[in-house]
Amino acid sequence: MSTLSTLRLFCSQVLAILGKDIRYELRSKQTWLGMGLFALLVFVIFNFAFDLRVENRAAVAPGALWVAFVFASLLGLGRTIAAEREGGSLDRLLLCPVDRRAIYLAKLLGNLLFIGIVELVALPIFAALFSVPLFSGELLPIVLLGTLGVAIIGTLFSAMTAATRARELLLPLLVFPLIVPVVIAAVRATGALMIAAPDEPPWLGLLAAFDVIFLSLALLTFSYVIEE
Amino acid sequence: MAVINKTGAALQEAAAPMRRPSLPIASLLLGALAFVGMMISIWAIFLYAPTDAIEGLSQRIFYFHVPVAWLAMLSFVIVALGGAVYLWREDERWDWLALAAAEAGAIFTTLTLVTGSLWGRATWGTWWTWDARLTTSLILWFLYIAYLMLRSYLGKTSTSARAGAVLAILGVIDVPIIYESVNWWRTLHPAAEIGTPGALPPSVVLVLMLALVSFTLFYCVLLIQLYQLVRLQHLTWRLRARLQAVD
Amino acid sequence: MTYTGSDERVSRQRPDQTCTEGSSLAQEAGRQETSPRPEAERPLVEIQGLRKSFAFRPVLRGIDLSLRAGERLALLGANGAGKTTLLRILACLTRPTAGQALVAGLDCVHDAQEVRRLVGFVAHQPYLYEELTALENLLFFARMYGVARGRERALSLLERVGLARRARDRVGSLSRGQLQRLALARALLHGPRLLLLDEAETGLDEAGTALLSTLLAEHMAEGGTLILTTHRPEFALQQADRLVMLKGGRIVYQEAVAGLELAQVRRAYQEVVG
Repeated sequence: MSTLSTLRLFCSQVLAILGKDIRYELRSKQTWLGMGLFALLVFVIFNFAFDLRVENRAAVAPGALWVAFVFASLLGLGRTIAAEREGGSLDRLLLCPVDRRAIYLAKLLGNLLFIGIVELVALPIFAALFSVPLFSGELLPIVLLGTLGVAIIGTLFSAMTAATRARELLLPLLVFPLIVPVVIAAVRATGALMIAAPDEPPWLGLLAAFDVIFLSLALLTFSYVIEE
Repeated sequence: MAVINKTGAALQEAAAPMRRPSLPIASLLLGALAFVGMMISIWAIFLYAPTDAIEGLSQRIFYFHVPVAWLAMLSFVIVALGGAVYLWREDERWDWLALAAAEAGAIFTTLTLVTGSLWGRATWGTWWTWDARLTTSLILWFLYIAYLMLRSYLGKTSTSARAGAVLAILGVIDVPIIYESVNWWRTLHPAAEIGTPGALPPSVVLVLMLALVSFTLFYCVLLIQLYQLVRLQHLTWRLRARLQAVD
Repeated sequence: MTYTGSDERVSRQRPDQTCTEGSSLAQEAGRQETSPRPEAERPLVEIQGLRKSFAFRPVLRGIDLSLRAGERLALLGANGAGKTTLLRILACLTRPTAGQALVAGLDCVHDAQEVRRLVGFVAHQPYLYEELTALENLLFFARMYGVARGRERALSLLERVGLARRARDRVGSLSRGQLQRLALARALLHGPRLLLLDEAETGLDEAGTALLSTLLAEHMAEGGTLILTTHRPEFALQQADRLVMLKGGRIVYQEAVAGLELAQVRRAYQEVVG
């Protein structure tokens, strides 16, 4: 088979899995409704925990935003791959002659899409609740790249832990330590939008670099994680 | 034609790996060397090394803290290397090495955090600061714990070994990134400057080198023992499974 | 440190071993194009010294088996004898601990992707998505296999398995027998050369069993090969040319169907299972 037709098949398979997952999620709406509500609740709790006033808002708001997003993402990540695992395994997909990287990419895109929708809904509410001027041009790329970083690691490890008994416990335990650089960069970049700080490293560029590193590692190792 | 099963063969097959391994002379020698080295190090740390003019006696924790921290990191590199070679060669002995190194590493990282915390309390008057080195050590500790939990939850399967290998490979690349990003993050919050003494006196360097070498020797002995333990554990599991299958 | 048990050695050598054997077979395949050796001589399925353990529990303990193209093989044996594991290795869902399995000269580990194209598998689980409709399921798998004109193929298969009217119903609402028919359609979607059926006749009513026989006959008429597992000796006698019985992960009985009496097979089966 020529390279071009292999590539075409690869893309078609990614889209097929992605399309199937979207259809699946639309038919069982619980996951992302739950994620959205969860993110809002985190905002509310943060408001009480830190008593957000004008003077400390800029310090706390980016943290609140990303804690909400990271926790909500993990909830969603755990559920979507669990829906794929019938009887604890991904056999339905693994049986097909599909490049394992296509499975990973489709799952990653799916997760990104669902988390992205939840975030798009949560962001204006966040801005309103905290009266934070979030809507500058750079916010979208920051949210996108930050979420991508969380989803890259999260998708890889949710496939790993989906077969275990303690999935809900194990997933955050594996993901949180590894996404520390992504979270730091995302929080800092969001903070820099509110108060321009001098001498900041180029967080957005670093975020993109982290994403590239983690994505290549995940693509390299995914097949080891899902195959028996 | 019908082929008749011979159950006797199954028993022989099951008993095959149970020959006693001979105690390797190399590891005995290594053990003796490590013991002597540790004794000399302890003597040197408490009696030979000069007392720090500013920090006083508590500075001697430094000679424990640095080797232990070095081994905590070395251990993670071994876990990742063992995992990577396991994925490549599919030889389970590399996985046993990774598992043994993870167990040793978890101990040494805990010791790093404890000694670092004690030293910090004595020197800066605080148990903890969110400095790059401390934060990275803490995350390394979380990674070790996550690794060991993942391995135990996934059970005695090759899935467990592969998942562990992937986690370790991601971790070993992530740890330097974490260190750097915490460093960058810190630029906005200048914290207590961690002891970066200018020129160390030669006697301090000598004791530190001695401590590094003997702790590393001790680590090697520990790693070999843990490896043997993991190996015997796996052989026992296999034998038990075989015997059950024969029944 | 210095001692290595026999099993460690087996697992260590396995990749190299399969590698060299795989390459020699590839050379052989290359020669085949030039030599006038007929295709039929080359077995479609070649299994040598196949072993598999799960969490150290041996499930297969040295299986040697070969199957000509166009042959139908029935695997019998008690639960846990290793039938399903053998099929899963051929479907590239599980990797053997030692030994090798070839389909059309392709290694089930190293050339897994190519083997998957050649194999259709009906397992215990239907391998379908419950939230999707019957048609959506087939369309999805058609795209995964890169089937040309997937929609026509899916619709005609639904027709053939008698589910044309349920095409737009959610799979979750289908009965056990209908699920089994749809699983069969899914396995036949890409026109596999080797069909693997894991107790596919369970859950089917008489009409369903008749349909299964028809589909299998069509599959064989198109030059296909078949391996099926079953607990029913009479079904095996009907559908297969050769019977193989497994016990404790080993082949304990192997016989051509021609000239076999049902009573004989039943007796042998009772002996193996009981």
